[in-house]
Amino acid sequence: MMGYIWGGMIIAAVFFGVIGGQADAVAEAALTGAEKAVTMAFSLLGMMCFWSGILEIAKRAGLTEKLARLIRPLTKLLFPKLSPDSPAVSAMVMNMTANFLGLSNAATPLGLAAMHELDKINPTPGTASDEMCMFVVINTASISLIPTTVITLRSAAGSVDPFGIILPVWVCSVMSAGVGVIVAKWLGHRRQRGRLSC
Amino acid sequence: MLAGFSAYVMPIIFLLVIGYALIKKIDIFDAFLVGAKEGLKSLFSILPALVGLMTAISLFRASGALEFLTLALAPLSKPLGIPAEIMPLALLRPVSGSGSLAIVSDILQSAGPDSMVGRIASVVMGSTETTFYTLAVYYGAVKIKNSRHTVPAALCADLTGLLAGTWICYLFFR
Repeated sequence: MMGYIWGGMIIAAVFFGVIGGQADAVAEAALTGAEKAVTMAFSLLGMMCFWSGILEIAKRAGLTEKLARLIRPLTKLLFPKLSPDSPAVSAMVMNMTANFLGLSNAATPLGLAAMHELDKINPTPGTASDEMCMFVVINTASISLIPTTVITLRSAAGSVDPFGIILPVWVCSVMSAGVGVIVAKWLGHRRQRGRLSC
Repeated sequence: MLAGFSAYVMPIIFLLVIGYALIKKIDIFDAFLVGAKEGLKSLFSILPALVGLMTAISLFRASGALEFLTLALAPLSKPLGIPAEIMPLALLRPVSGSGSLAIVSDILQSAGPDSMVGRIASVVMGSTETTFYTLAVYYGAVKIKNSRHTVPAALCADLTGLLAGTWICYLFFR
């Protein structure tokens, strides 16, 4: 998929460049674009390191477990068919907490563990259960405490207010996750009723 | 006042985390170094993708193709109140994390980080995820072929992120 998009962009660029007589600008952009990527990575480097360091401290101090305990009651609403003490729910809670804190390196293995637990109790192997759909939708909606990367990019671009987006990001991610959850619930229900009636 | 609040979030988190860790008698500097090294590794692991995509986006912009795409998408974005410059980001966001990062960086540099477009791009980027990547990794791991209603629900969430991100910015930063 990414191959087509990437290749398509470059081919389109060359095509438009030649048609519009901008071939020299395109050639120059190849040089500056690659350089820009490195500059951008360097501007992210310091903050990524610092923030990951702070997160590791939070993890070792046990703040992840503390937060997980706060999230746990939510799982009764999201996964009513699962017991709150089941291994699947525990793994999902830890994954959501890691995502919330921005510990993406820790979140993926936890999420995969949760998927394996959910797969064990999946009545229809090969087809996603309601719980799997809900869990993956929550993961794709991304609620995070601090959007570090975006803040750093803003600061690198010379923003006078790099942090100003934190509150809007919170409101926006809660709304999008909310819509994802509601749609997943609704479509899950509809499918189930359909199955019962036939 | 609301905008001022955002600036306090990060320092408060530093204070909470370090204070709590000191009470728990964690070797905080050692933990910090281990975490920072992790951060370094993950940034270097996305660098090749960033170089490939930043270059492609630079070419795309310099040739006038980006302008053409933006104009072509304007009839779609205008009725929803979304600035046309955001549309390429909206299209790429669910597919590629490094790609959308490259677009956001491009928008921040061309339109300015404190312009309305720059703010909307930041909020949309910060509140959405790489949907199809997550789907592929999670379902691939347990060999699920039929993802049922996952894609429509996840895309509804992404669309909400796009619309809400735009409207919230108009409310917050006028």
